[in-house]
Amino acid sequence: MKRFKRLLRNFAFTFGLVLTVLLVLAALAAPLLSPYDPDVQDTSRRLEAPSHEHLLGLDDLGRDVLSRIVWGARVSLRVGFSVVILASLLGVTLGAIAGYFGGAADVIVMRICDILLAFPGILLAIALVAVLGPSLNNVILALATIGWVGYARLVRGQVLKVREMEYVTAAKALGAKSPRVIVRHVLPNVVNPVIVMATLGLAGAILSEASLSFLGLGVQPPTPSWGAMLTAGRRYLGLANHLAIFPGAAIMLAVMGLNFLGDGLIDALDPKYRKDF
Amino acid sequence: MTQYIIRRLLQMIPITLGILTLIFSLIHLIPGDPAVQIAGEGARPEDVHAVRVALGLDQPLWKQYITYLDHLAHGNLGTSFRTGTSVAKEIRDRYPATIQLALGSMLVALLVAFPLGIISAIYRNSWIDNVARFFALIGVSMPSFWFGPLLIIAFAINHPWFPVSGREGGFKSIVLPSVTMGLALAAILTRMIRVSLAEELNQLYVTTAIAKGVTRAKAIFRHALKNALIPVITILALQFGSLLTGAIITEQIFSWPGLGRLLVQSITTRDYPQVQASILVIALTYILVNFFSDLLYGVVDPRIKLE
Repeated sequence: MKRFKRLLRNFAFTFGLVLTVLLVLAALAAPLLSPYDPDVQDTSRRLEAPSHEHLLGLDDLGRDVLSRIVWGARVSLRVGFSVVILASLLGVTLGAIAGYFGGAADVIVMRICDILLAFPGILLAIALVAVLGPSLNNVILALATIGWVGYARLVRGQVLKVREMEYVTAAKALGAKSPRVIVRHVLPNVVNPVIVMATLGLAGAILSEASLSFLGLGVQPPTPSWGAMLTAGRRYLGLANHLAIFPGAAIMLAVMGLNFLGDGLIDALDPKYRKDF
Repeated sequence: MTQYIIRRLLQMIPITLGILTLIFSLIHLIPGDPAVQIAGEGARPEDVHAVRVALGLDQPLWKQYITYLDHLAHGNLGTSFRTGTSVAKEIRDRYPATIQLALGSMLVALLVAFPLGIISAIYRNSWIDNVARFFALIGVSMPSFWFGPLLIIAFAINHPWFPVSGREGGFKSIVLPSVTMGLALAAILTRMIRVSLAEELNQLYVTTAIAKGVTRAKAIFRHALKNALIPVITILALQFGSLLTGAIITEQIFSWPGLGRLLVQSITTRDYPQVQASILVIALTYILVNFFSDLLYGVVDPRIKLE
């Protein structure tokens, strides 16, 4: 608690926390918060500029932009959380196995990591979505496929260190089986850096989903996604700038909030892991 | 040095082979029968068969793989479904535009990061340093697909100084895409230069130089900056690789006729040979750039070679 209070005095962390809470609230309370139905079209009023009635204006099909941004938070967070959960489960498991058992398991897992890391940025995700077809689930699958590598490498590194500790040797000497040693004695040591990586990973996944949707490879219409809204907005630059400005601002605030939060958490949970990120 | 280069080259072989295998497998990841999917819904059986034969999908997997590697070794990247021409030709046409954009962004990043990084290191913890830090923070958080359109609104529509899109306008047309892509890199570099130079300025050799009568400016630029640049050069080389993926999005924003735009267009038209080849070329360029940046690191910091 003391540590948390000290953290709150850190401006970046508090700012990040506030933005993240707002993001989660928007996603959870979307039906209550959004002033209009995000899918209802009023084509007679397309591209209308922001007004008292529609605070952020109307889009190219006459839908309320604010409502679509609020509902878009759901899509972003759904992708973000799904990717982080899938990637961390897979990454932690494989990283723990590779680090604990070493040998062939280690070589195989690490070589797969090397190959996946040899692809720049989201190129591999783009490739996967290209063959699997653009959809929300395929975006999650593609991002999780490239996302687990970071966790695996982090966990493997920590496990290699912990494996040699005396208490692990003691547990083994007392007859504990490998799975028990890993789950009870090794993994609790890597929880903190994994939490930090997951927070930063959430920001990364949201940004990647927006990028894929912007390229037309992500969430398909009419589901409101911030990235896809920006693509539509790009077509009306000069005519209706609000279509590009507001969804982009939403993405930036969400990503910035989570990055600040993650950065603050590094100091709070365990500063000695800073070099790992 | 030769030993170091050979070791790094040998390390590259399994990774490159892994990448080739992964890209080869892509087409087999298409749900259902790839040939049916590629030929399109409602295609006649003979069309599906033609696609299957054209892609060699009627052959056993191992044979397909060997053929794939053999073709690659001979520079044959396949034939485009859309244009019927060699995909390698299309890539050759588009590649220079992407490299040009990447170099342009790097130039923008350097022009911004050097003065800003040096000033904030000299005046560390002053208001200038804080402004630079804030800029860096905005720079890394701002998605290019937002920053790009904002630049278009400001400098192509409201003040029509630069073209909205395309590459036909010569120098003017590369400015906005380069600034869009260079911003994030500028932010990272500014921080790198600031941290690295600030560290060097605290070293005793700088104090000694000043004590011996060297001017402060000379101590900074002649002595400290030289050492501070070692990590910066490596980051710069490494980042060049990530500019290639950045180009996929930036080219889309500005309709820049490069490799990234070609990739997205081929995905939309389900031109799989073109998709595979574009991904391959981007990935291989990335590996090569990383390889050279490793070598560069070895040259500027001889301690690395010993590891």
